[in-house]
Amino acid sequence: MRALLDPLQGALLILGAILSLPVVVIFASWIAPQTELWQHLLSTVLQDYVINSLLLACGVGIGTLLIGSTIAYIISRYDFPGRTLLHWFALLPLAMPAYIIAYTYTGVLDFSGPIQTTLRDSFGWGYGDYYFPDIRSLWGAIIIMSLVLYPYVYMLARTAFSEQPASLLQVSQMMGISKFKYITQVSLPLARPALFTGTALAMMEALADYGTVQYFGVATFTTGIFRTWFGLGNGLAAAQLSSLLCTFVLIVLLFEKWSRRHIKYYHQGQHHNLQKRKKLTGTRALSAFVLCLVAPLLGFIVPTFQLLYWAGITYTKNVDAQFITLVFNSFCLALAAALIIVILSLLFAYTRRIKNNKLNNSLGQTVSLGYAIPGTVIAVGVLVPLSWADNLVNMLSEHWFNNSVGLIFSGTLFALLFAYSIRFLSVASHNIEAGLSRITPSMDNAARSLGASPARVLKQIHVPLLKTSVLSAALLVFVDVLKELPATLILRPFNFNTLAVRSFELASDERLVDAATPALAIVLVGLIPVVLITHAIDKTIKGKS
Amino acid sequence: MHLLKNCHLSRALAIGLISLASTLSFMGSVNAEEVNVYSARKEALIKPLLDKFAAETGIEVNLVTGTADALISRLNSEGKYSPADILITTDVGRLVRAKEQDLTQAVDSSVLAEAIPATLRDDDGHWFSLTMRARPIMYAPERVDVANLSSMEALTDADWKGRICIRSSSNIYNQSMVAAMLQQKGHAETLDWAKKFVKNFARPPKGGDRDQIKAVVSGQCDIAIANTYYLAGMLDSADTAEQKIASQVNVFWPNQGDRGAHINVSGAAVTKSAPNRGNAVKLLEYMVRKEAQAWYAETNHEYPVLDGVEWSETLTQFGTFKAEDIPLHRVGELNAEAVKIMDKAGWK
Repeated sequence: MRALLDPLQGALLILGAILSLPVVVIFASWIAPQTELWQHLLSTVLQDYVINSLLLACGVGIGTLLIGSTIAYIISRYDFPGRTLLHWFALLPLAMPAYIIAYTYTGVLDFSGPIQTTLRDSFGWGYGDYYFPDIRSLWGAIIIMSLVLYPYVYMLARTAFSEQPASLLQVSQMMGISKFKYITQVSLPLARPALFTGTALAMMEALADYGTVQYFGVATFTTGIFRTWFGLGNGLAAAQLSSLLCTFVLIVLLFEKWSRRHIKYYHQGQHHNLQKRKKLTGTRALSAFVLCLVAPLLGFIVPTFQLLYWAGITYTKNVDAQFITLVFNSFCLALAAALIIVILSLLFAYTRRIKNNKLNNSLGQTVSLGYAIPGTVIAVGVLVPLSWADNLVNMLSEHWFNNSVGLIFSGTLFALLFAYSIRFLSVASHNIEAGLSRITPSMDNAARSLGASPARVLKQIHVPLLKTSVLSAALLVFVDVLKELPATLILRPFNFNTLAVRSFELASDERLVDAATPALAIVLVGLIPVVLITHAIDKTIKGKS
Repeated sequence: MHLLKNCHLSRALAIGLISLASTLSFMGSVNAEEVNVYSARKEALIKPLLDKFAAETGIEVNLVTGTADALISRLNSEGKYSPADILITTDVGRLVRAKEQDLTQAVDSSVLAEAIPATLRDDDGHWFSLTMRARPIMYAPERVDVANLSSMEALTDADWKGRICIRSSSNIYNQSMVAAMLQQKGHAETLDWAKKFVKNFARPPKGGDRDQIKAVVSGQCDIAIANTYYLAGMLDSADTAEQKIASQVNVFWPNQGDRGAHINVSGAAVTKSAPNRGNAVKLLEYMVRKEAQAWYAETNHEYPVLDGVEWSETLTQFGTFKAEDIPLHRVGELNAEAVKIMDKAGWK
């Protein structure tokens, strides 16, 4: 076993080091302190950045936790008319990029949008005569992001809830524990690793968001990074700001680890004894239905209809042969990235499971920091080491062959896939580790002591039990890459565009109506894996029960 | 065993991807007659022109679009092996920044020198303006007496309290506008202006230029500062609601008695490492030809730099105006100071 592992450990170390390079580049910026600029930031805008970012992350955390776990609990515990439909619907917002939904809701709800205009026209009001919440605010950003990010919590929570054995409920009922107490003291704590993971992912996504907060005029760390870099022309100070953001995320992740240092949740794998869903009728069925419908309705259906309406006006102008290429590019890129990233995170997760040492743990942590770093910053962090490698390769080839080979790393899709790996490894890793933590080491031990080879343990125990998590990981990475914008924008090779880039270019040129067609295409392409993978996950869960 | 297989698989995949990627890059570099463009102009607003150039000359044009600063970063890290020949930006500040970072080279072309007025190109021939954009005041005629409008400076009067809409100071057009004012009025006066100007905002800045125009029409504010091509774009929009909104504001050209209305330019530079320098110059020269200039004017409602090219009908309706006359490179150099001033003034 040891002999087998050491080359693996070595390979992992190298891989981890390469994937950590951009984060190292960002932290290395402190070598040149920018005292004067920091004084300016401290005395003017830094406070806003910190407070708004914290509020945004916490707000989105609470929002996604509430929505995601409520829907997951109802769907996995109760049976009611429309349940099957709703458990599909609940995942749909995953395919909706936050900046797109922000654009559409602004179009609908803003002062000059149709709703407020109708109100003013029908009641004869003018500006200031009535109160209407401003969508373009911190609160608006929290709500918008919660609406599209809650599936992160929902996916993980649903798996966790549906895998809780019936024996738990039976025992609790026998001991006279109330329904409420059962939820708060048994069910939720058991699902906590999954819930926290989902919430943490949503929070990191919120912290790294640029498109939405920028459009809403909320000054956060990310807008601050861009402003410092582009406006003040100080790339070093921008990198230093990014490193602060990284540190903050690291603290949150460490805190979560610390808070569950004494707890190890491993479920018993008694799949024959899963809880039966309770049938609901009448008003209770209706309220369950409505509760599960609101979020997907607001997070997906309403904005999709708005996009459809806009696309209906402009699609003839925007759909051509080039458009098909865009769809193809986006799909292939997302698929390739999902495959690579899932394999990478399986590699990391397994090495950590088998060799749970400090080195592997901190490696895993550094690598997963990428998720909270804005895509643009990652892109620059990627460009620096890749260009260095390219320069080296070209120098060597000029020396030996008298011919330069061009930018084989930084100028090709390699750079994009590299950046995606750093940015989204965390999404896949969290899912896979949550899955892996539900397979007890005693299962491995039992199987091994019965003479099964490690390969057989993997094939007959881990693969079937992990399938759900691996599929969820692939799905999340796929849609994330599909929606990814800033890194794609900077790193893509010549003549290569994606749907997200096209949609953003039009939207940032304030041509929302034209941007609707590519935006709608992102949503549709994103739906393909959502449908396929949910189907596969359902089959696995059903197969177990 | 499976673990090892996984490891092999990922290596095999990585190797496969690298070779695929290098094949792609080779494929791109086989063509002898080509020119590589890094453009901060959006694809929709540059590709048609590049396609025409390619059809006419047989030179293949490869394009990457992105934000100017990101493209500059990319140029910077790619160094001398960068494939880029031309950098196109939508503001002069970024061209100046690229020149300062030693990423551009001088071009000596009589075609460019004849077509572009000296004030609109770099003294050393490093960058050239391709189009001009203007940033006037737009107002709601039923609520604003045009006699009360005069200059940007006058917008600090208490009369305008709660009546002005303008986008965030993170936006390059505002940064350039304040940088231009810094050049003409100096630090103290500009800071004082910014502080008073911000006090008159109707709402915290949000959205883009079109949103400010919409806010004026809906009554949230009475005047907005926005680039003319946004208003023109709304008037030409496929969305009739936008057309209707845009038809309800008028354009006022400020500072006509003194320093002129603020303008910015879009422009281009040949990169220092340009592997296809000759083709790059050809493309630049193509972009200041009459047809190309007319295309810009007609498609995106920008003002041509070449004399004698007709403006679009919509732009003509907004009227002629006296533009600022300052050394454009100063706008780029003063950008950081402008941002600091806006930070101090509390301009979000």
